[in-house]
Amino acid sequence: MLEDNKNASAPKIDVGYVAELARLELTDEERAVFQPQLENIVKYVEKISEVDVSGVDAMMHGKELVNAFREDVVRPSMDREKALANAPKRVGDEFLLPKIVEGAES
Amino acid sequence: MKLYELGIAEARRLLASGETSAREITEAVIARHRETASTIGAYLTFDEEGALKLADENPKAVPIAVKDLINVEGQPCTCASKILKGYVSPYNATVIANMRAKGFIPAGRVNMDEFAMGSSTENSALGVTRNPYDLERVPGGSSGGSAAAVGGNVSIAALGTDTGGSIRQPASFCNCVGVKPSYGRVSRYGVTAFASSLDQVGPLAKSVEDAAILLGAIAGHDEMDGTTPREDVPDYLAALEGATLKGRKIGIVKEYSSMAGLDPEVKRITDEAIAKCAAAGAEIVEVSLPHAEYAMAVYYIIAPAEASANLARFDGVRFGHRSERAEDVYTLYTRSRAEGFGPEVKRRIIMGTYVLSSGYYDAYYGRAQKVRTLIRRDFEEAFGKVDAILTPCAPTPAFRLGELQDPLTMYLNDLFTIPSSLAGVCASSVPAGFTHETPERKALPVGVQFICGSFEEAKLLNISKAFEETMK
Repeated sequence: MLEDNKNASAPKIDVGYVAELARLELTDEERAVFQPQLENIVKYVEKISEVDVSGVDAMMHGKELVNAFREDVVRPSMDREKALANAPKRVGDEFLLPKIVEGAES
Repeated sequence: MKLYELGIAEARRLLASGETSAREITEAVIARHRETASTIGAYLTFDEEGALKLADENPKAVPIAVKDLINVEGQPCTCASKILKGYVSPYNATVIANMRAKGFIPAGRVNMDEFAMGSSTENSALGVTRNPYDLERVPGGSSGGSAAAVGGNVSIAALGTDTGGSIRQPASFCNCVGVKPSYGRVSRYGVTAFASSLDQVGPLAKSVEDAAILLGAIAGHDEMDGTTPREDVPDYLAALEGATLKGRKIGIVKEYSSMAGLDPEVKRITDEAIAKCAAAGAEIVEVSLPHAEYAMAVYYIIAPAEASANLARFDGVRFGHRSERAEDVYTLYTRSRAEGFGPEVKRRIIMGTYVLSSGYYDAYYGRAQKVRTLIRRDFEEAFGKVDAILTPCAPTPAFRLGELQDPLTMYLNDLFTIPSSLAGVCASSVPAGFTHETPERKALPVGVQFICGSFEEAKLLNISKAFEETMK
């Protein structure tokens, strides 16, 4: 039982909706395949609800380190040409994108 | 002996005495790669000219195969994904710079499961890699190309990465030594991120000695990776001197003794490994990892959650695939990602987005991190009693290509490797024997896993080496 989540008894992942959140376009076929697979995986991971975690701190990393500081020194960053070399489309020194504002030139 | 059969230590002896050169070794590896490209298929790409040029510039260097998610300047870095087809790395990962300073050169890009998600290398979108011990079987994964290259003598040694078992399981399947260093021991700068609280780079090699040399060459603090503490790297090669199991306390896990789903041959080989340790003077001590049974569930929340965030950078804007069908910003993202990512990556992005989504975070990711603390405490308690824990590495030997279709069944491959990954400790996979040949199955290699505490690689390697000697 997941005390943090009252509707946990039945698998309830809505693959189509979550894929939209993740900015992934799915075909109908993919949705039909993924839905039962992910329901199974969700059902499996809900096993952790059995564990009593009261008073237990979260482990965020494989080694607990605090404040990994370095000197704040200005240094050269990646060469502009190198950074742009993998651009799908570019114009001059910029990445070229489809227009995102109605009525603007792309 | 053919030059491509050499390990690092032997190659260095021949290089030092002038009996061979980096060019000769690299040429031998290239010829062997060409000869095995359509059978083993370890490599995705091999810039032969580039590797030979590096060999000429570094005539005493040893060539190393590199998993195709580690950036080497001027080389492709596809992560075995269509989304990075055509990408050329603009910089070197720290592990590459480190190993070059220690007498190694990168030579060839080896196959993997797409974005390191998988246990068979079948999730590669760019090529098929087969197990060198049975070409009908998988090499394991996700570092399957690395393991096939080493196990099939198509490289001297290789770099892989391990998030939940991706070095150790393929090492077990392909008869090589694999080391997953402690979290923080090796820099991940320039290594494509999968699950950032778990990922580590490590060696796959033909002997424990070779693994120790290569690990020593890549490890250490890096100011470009804030998870690497300022701790000196011990001389791992020196740590092998006088390798012994005598007086060592080797833990065996109580909860694993009556487990279902373990291949009987893997069980036999693991039991024999325990007996060999005892015969070599180790004291066998039963330990308990009471929360290990939750490790898989914890992992399949934490790893996809972190992957979904890490892979958000693939948006078709600055690098990687951009859909021709993008009409606006929304479809630029959704269609570039739809066309670029393969099915397993999509599943994990969806799973990760789900467990992080509003209303579910506390029940899944937050809770999983707390159970992870309990798993780490189990290990801390066990290491109060023993020097190392010995377990099977993978529940089965290499399975057939196409044999495992259900994602959850595939995930079970990492049953024994995930707990130590979550705990952040170090672990090795060391060859422990072969299965008996049957009409259905050739004799296949099986490794066992040794686990030591965080930053105890010197002890881990010493024990692994002592075990390796019991196999001779």
